Amino acid sequence: MTEIAPGWELTVGLEVHCELQSATKLFCGCANAFGQTPNTNVCPVCLGLPGSLPVLNRTAVEFAMRIGLALNCHVEPSIFHRKNYFYPDMPKDYQVSQYDEPINLDGYIELPSGTRVGIERAHLEEDTGKTSHMGGGGRIHDADYSLVDYNRAGVPLVEIVSRPDITSPEDARAYVSELRSILVATGASDGRMEEGSLRVDANVSVRRSGTTELGTRCEVKNMNSLRSLGRAIEYEAARQIELLEDGGRVVQETRHWNENTGTTSSMRSKEEAFDYRYFPEPDLVSIAPSAEWVTAVREALPPMPSERRGKLLAAVRSASPDVDEHAIADQIVTVVDLGIDALVVAAIAAGADGRLALARGANEAASRPEDARALKVESFVELLHLESSGKLSATQAKSVLAAILESGATPAEAIAKLGFEGVDDAALAVIVDGIIGANPQEWQRFVEGDEKVAQFLLGQVMKQTKGQANGRVVAELLALRKGA
Amino acid sequence: MTPLDRPSAAEVAAAVRSGERSARSFIEESLTQIGRDEATLHCFNEITAEQALARAEEIDAAVAKGEDPGPLAGVPIALKDNLCTRGIATTCSSKILEGWLPPYDATVVQRLHQAGAISVGKTNLDEFAMGSSTENSAFGPSRNPWDTGRVPGGSSGGSAAAVAAGYVPLSLGSDTGGSIRQPAAFCGTVGLKPTYGLVSRFGLIAFASSLDQIGPFANTVADAALMLESIAGHDPRDSTSLPTQPSAYLAALGEGVEGLRVGVISDFLTDADATIEVAVRGAAEALCAGGATVEEVAIPELMNALAAYYLIAPAEASSNLSRYDGVRYGLRVDAPDVAKMNAATRQAGFGPEVKRRIMLGTYVLSAGYYDAYYAQAQRVRTLVAEAFNRAYAQFDVLIGPTTPTVAFPFGAKVDDPLAMYLSDLYTIPSNLAGHPAVSVPFALGEGAMPIGVQLLGPALGESVMLRAAQVVEAAQATGVRGPVAMSEGSAR
Repeated sequence: MTEIAPGWELTVGLEVHCELQSATKLFCGCANAFGQTPNTNVCPVCLGLPGSLPVLNRTAVEFAMRIGLALNCHVEPSIFHRKNYFYPDMPKDYQVSQYDEPINLDGYIELPSGTRVGIERAHLEEDTGKTSHMGGGGRIHDADYSLVDYNRAGVPLVEIVSRPDITSPEDARAYVSELRSILVATGASDGRMEEGSLRVDANVSVRRSGTTELGTRCEVKNMNSLRSLGRAIEYEAARQIELLEDGGRVVQETRHWNENTGTTSSMRSKEEAFDYRYFPEPDLVSIAPSAEWVTAVREALPPMPSERRGKLLAAVRSASPDVDEHAIADQIVTVVDLGIDALVVAAIAAGADGRLALARGANEAASRPEDARALKVESFVELLHLESSGKLSATQAKSVLAAILESGATPAEAIAKLGFEGVDDAALAVIVDGIIGANPQEWQRFVEGDEKVAQFLLGQVMKQTKGQANGRVVAELLALRKGA
Repeated sequence: MTPLDRPSAAEVAAAVRSGERSARSFIEESLTQIGRDEATLHCFNEITAEQALARAEEIDAAVAKGEDPGPLAGVPIALKDNLCTRGIATTCSSKILEGWLPPYDATVVQRLHQAGAISVGKTNLDEFAMGSSTENSAFGPSRNPWDTGRVPGGSSGGSAAAVAAGYVPLSLGSDTGGSIRQPAAFCGTVGLKPTYGLVSRFGLIAFASSLDQIGPFANTVADAALMLESIAGHDPRDSTSLPTQPSAYLAALGEGVEGLRVGVISDFLTDADATIEVAVRGAAEALCAGGATVEEVAIPELMNALAAYYLIAPAEASSNLSRYDGVRYGLRVDAPDVAKMNAATRQAGFGPEVKRRIMLGTYVLSAGYYDAYYAQAQRVRTLVAEAFNRAYAQFDVLIGPTTPTVAFPFGAKVDDPLAMYLSDLYTIPSNLAGHPAVSVPFALGEGAMPIGVQLLGPALGESVMLRAAQVVEAAQATGVRGPVAMSEGSAR
């Protein structure tokens, strides 16, 4: 057990809310869409109008099953409950959620580090609307007024509850990162934490090293990035340790992470906590997926990120045996997360340079992931060959790749359009000689070893070729002339 | 004019479909009747005369073009004011929803419209269907056409009285613990609660979702069957709607009860008025005379139903009624912050009985009490259903009283909630089990008020149950079909 501070161990359990990418909401036919004019994407059902009734979205159930199975859970017969509390962004003043009979139970995630984090459950529920507190203190109790947008009300969510198996802020981040990759791989979620389609709450407690009983926990909310998750856990752990070392005790409560101050503050104590008065939702019937359905969903699951990362690493290593695995770890994660790994693996299989394919995948291709996933392997391979053979400089290859991703052109078309074919080596030699002749003083200094002048000479060549010369070839020519 | 001399719904539809009489003439007649008696009876929260006349003209035009407007063509109907009607105020007789205009029609409203029926208005009820007398309506009680000093029953009192007064041959109510059958018995009409899930609840403003069911009031069993055929059947918008299509209830009538096994629920006779016990035995004899075998059966589990109901129904209601918070629609009482606004709105908008049940329901669902109350009540509910099912292994139909007493005078029970709750002692078990039951007027009791006999069937046993109900109806005492006309001075 690692210590978070001398003599102290940290325990974290995470609750992750994930919006599902079904076409429609959980209980009605409204579009599950983001960014529309407030209160236009609503109907009597998601507004909870009197007399309206929910009808469960089959796709959302299937997405929840995909997530559960990808997290190694058992899919169970399940029911919905009502979670009752008053809040203006909840149209019915209860949330339809799952309680003691959730759809997915008892799974785990294997982190890249090898740590296994248990998943207690992954259940379906509906999202709430969004409240904006205007003026005053900007919180519900002290704002001048509040605006509510119900467009998000009824959007399907899966809440994934981890076991308290996380013992460091790094593991918490790694867990959410891995979970996000898995969710994206299932196709059930876009995994965008900044846009709120992935929301993380952390249950944080500390205890003296060597003791077995868990400390009193606080639930920390409002972290909207992996970075703030790590910071919030670090802060909260330090706060609790200081409290305990000063002879105080931790009060079980919900705390709000403030990104600007880097601190947590009390939202509500255990005494103020809502009594949700859960009871089975009488307007819905139970969900009992058949064994055939579960099997079909399981068999249709694509390979998960850990497996794909392994495959990608093996491909890179086979092409570039001396690669530093540690150095490329982030690139591997990025490429897999963005779903570009199939392209990179195929390019390597077709003979491309392993490290180069990975680097172009993790950088240039990653900035246009959708286009990259649609890119023809032959085009990518051709481009990589042009770069590794020196026909294109790195800078040129990056421009060509960006162009073919944007326009769908072949590398040859893009090179022609960018004019990179315009200067062949013989012509370039003539130009280089001309520049040398025109700048005798600078040439002399270059010959005497002033490397700074090399940039000047290169710049002159580039100017004359309108940037179309291969910088590496120019450098080689200059070195040749110098007679090195 | 009394229901006796008014045409049945079937007769109205036949006359309109054949072109013999116009739909407009029936609507005008209905509106005239309402105009004469409504100041006394207060059956309606809103009368939609203009819309009704316009719709009648559409139907008459369709008939003139040779089209068939449907099995209820031109039949004037009344809708309980907890059924959503597009653009027409739907209030649940509550100040908190006063003036609320739903943007959609309930499924039953759509289906009745498609069948050619014409709504003349929205009927009064106990606020949010919580009550047995309409005395809990925020807009004042309805009166019993048989004796305006007595309650019409509730919660669907307005719908029952509208049929009893001869305003309309058919109306819709909703029945959570007897809210159709009890007022039907009190007003001398037929009142049918179908099997849970047979009629879509989409657009019925929920009181207790697992118990609520919409059903018809009519002067005759045949008319009730006719209306049920138009509203029953699967609705994809209600997840609890059964995947069945309605049977031909009307066609099955008249087959009699030869060979049927009828059980008289003895537990229901011990606390009922003597005249009511006599009526039930008389009805049983009529079934016997019709060729049924009749036996008494004790089902003591049913007597636990009331206690379980008053835990389950308020629990669901406490949650269903949370949405009336002043944020989106209905009443809003301004206050310094949202929580205070919620509280002030609900304080001002709900009446005392609704508040009582919300508090009761909130309590029984609370942490630490759930198992002792709500979970225990659900176990009782299961026992009630199992006891019924054992009885239905032996019997095709059960029979008993609908209510322990005839309609009571205003104010008699309003200050004693428990006494009021006991009005539903015999009707609640069918709601807990989700089974159908129907009240048929059979005899006159105390104060010459009508007595309803209740026939109960197993899930989806409507056809057989209605056959038996019609045999009982055929033996009903003279004078049970409709009150003495109010214009002749019955208003006391």
